[in-house]
Amino acid sequence: MAHEYFSWSSFKGEFVQDQKMDVAAFKAKAVTFRKQILEMTHMAGSGHPGGSLSAVEILISLYCYKMRHKPQEPHWANRDRLIISKGHASPVVYVALADSGYFPKEELGTFRKLGARLQGHVHRKVPGVELNTGSLGHGLSVANGMALAARLQNKDFKVYCLMGDGEIQEGSVWEAAMSSAHYKLHNVCAIIDYNKVQENGPVSEIMNLEPLADKWRSFGWEVIEADGHDFDELKKALDGFDAAKKPYVIIAHTAKGKGISFMEGKSKWHGKAPNKEELSTALKELEG
Amino acid sequence: MNATPTRDGFGVELTALGNERKDIVVVSADLEDATRAEFFKKEFPDRFFTVGIAEQDMVGTAVGLALEGFVVFASSFAVFMTNRAYDMIRIDVCQNNANVKIVCSHAGITVGEDGSTAQCLEDLAIMRVLPNMTVLCPVDTIEAKKATRWMANNYGPFYMRTSRSAVPVITAEADPFVVGKANVMREGKDVTIIACGLMVSESLQVAEMLKKEGIDARVVNMHTIKPIDIQMIVESAKQTKAIVTAEEHQIMGGLGSAVCEALAQNYPVPVEMIGMNDAYGETGDPEGLLKKYHMKDRDIAQAVKRVIKRKI
Repeated sequence: MAHEYFSWSSFKGEFVQDQKMDVAAFKAKAVTFRKQILEMTHMAGSGHPGGSLSAVEILISLYCYKMRHKPQEPHWANRDRLIISKGHASPVVYVALADSGYFPKEELGTFRKLGARLQGHVHRKVPGVELNTGSLGHGLSVANGMALAARLQNKDFKVYCLMGDGEIQEGSVWEAAMSSAHYKLHNVCAIIDYNKVQENGPVSEIMNLEPLADKWRSFGWEVIEADGHDFDELKKALDGFDAAKKPYVIIAHTAKGKGISFMEGKSKWHGKAPNKEELSTALKELEG
Repeated sequence: MNATPTRDGFGVELTALGNERKDIVVVSADLEDATRAEFFKKEFPDRFFTVGIAEQDMVGTAVGLALEGFVVFASSFAVFMTNRAYDMIRIDVCQNNANVKIVCSHAGITVGEDGSTAQCLEDLAIMRVLPNMTVLCPVDTIEAKKATRWMANNYGPFYMRTSRSAVPVITAEADPFVVGKANVMREGKDVTIIACGLMVSESLQVAEMLKKEGIDARVVNMHTIKPIDIQMIVESAKQTKAIVTAEEHQIMGGLGSAVCEALAQNYPVPVEMIGMNDAYGETGDPEGLLKKYHMKDRDIAQAVKRVIKRKI
């Protein structure tokens, strides 16, 4: 059924710069992102580098390739929405927003400081952030609400929702997963940053999620798995969403602390900032 | 006296608003028959979304719709909504300052036979402590309608509690209703009874009883628990020098506490508080429960006599 609840016009091909998947450029960008994540958490003296480093390629693929958005107009009505349900991944989100031009890169140095916009967990004070989060298991329900709104308003924007793997141990995620399928929200794309490690150890030991793809399938979702650090695979997975007939979930296999040998796969880097020596070692490693 | 549940007023006015405005949507968690959101569902099925028995998902979904420009009413029983989905109300609704109106029926001990798990006696306390939240407790069906319209017309998070049981209709369509401005229901000079919801009509009966004993009681309908009407509380304290609070809610944290916060900081006078005294309810008929847990006219009358003795 068609609805015309608002005078707001639906998307009429307004000009948005066409974004191309440029793997070589994106790989270089990923190195820059990782450096910035480490520098800003080091400067803050706290934060969550592990689950930020694992989501670098995912966020580059979204902001620089897949999503329709206008950084100079953060509230543009037809933008694709991205809900950061794993709100502690604020470092990588702020780095990606600054990279896109939502705010100056210099502001990254204010992360977690009193009076700053860049709150410890993502916050709507920051241009480009759609929802304050920080308590896990909230984002997908809100994404569903936005997707229902798009349908009521005859808009064609998409709603993406980035979730952590540990996060989906929260029961509310599965309430939302049922709703997405019940309401046939094929404008919703969930992305799970499956880095296999949570605060106190391996996800498989703390509360196993497997068989994860089967769980989502049985909830009525279209599931695709991808290497979450491989831009070609991410492109393929994200492009698959265009033709989705069901809510669509990308299980992105990633590594916690990706790119830094002493951080990779280590739960202690979930919520701990690098000190001066660790930062210096990590930056050297990234510079190769 | 005509008596109807305040939830009916909500359902009727919500449906009227649905007719007038296309931006009103409703989310529910399979209790729309009981909360009366069903009235809206029947008229506007395409703007009504149930999420099944999943209050957390309901609140999140409401926020998503609200952030996209809709005025969203979310309704359930007070216990399930305010207790189970508290994290979503605190963060998704209040910290995001989303335009979500939370309306909960089956608040208070007069839920009756369903027993303690269903009797919500802590909602006013846990809702009023949330920044950005406005908290309403309408006195009757007419006021519930006005409150529903007010919420639709004013941006921001609201919580409104409604009753399962019928309550006497004691206001008129023409009476003023302004959120944050309490209404004096009866003038008096010896004591002020500040009440909300069902306890207002109970207090008016008490005032009539006390009149025969030579006690002149003022009765205030404090339909807005937050922001509380400090001016009315202080004015009442100055005029009558003693206050009794009455609510169908835990004494700790609710209307009485809000009144005491205002008095202690502005114009301290003796206070006696009527409400649930740090206990859970049980199965029983509403009247019997109000009697057993000391929330009846005689209890308020005794509190009035105690507080008058304590006047400085």
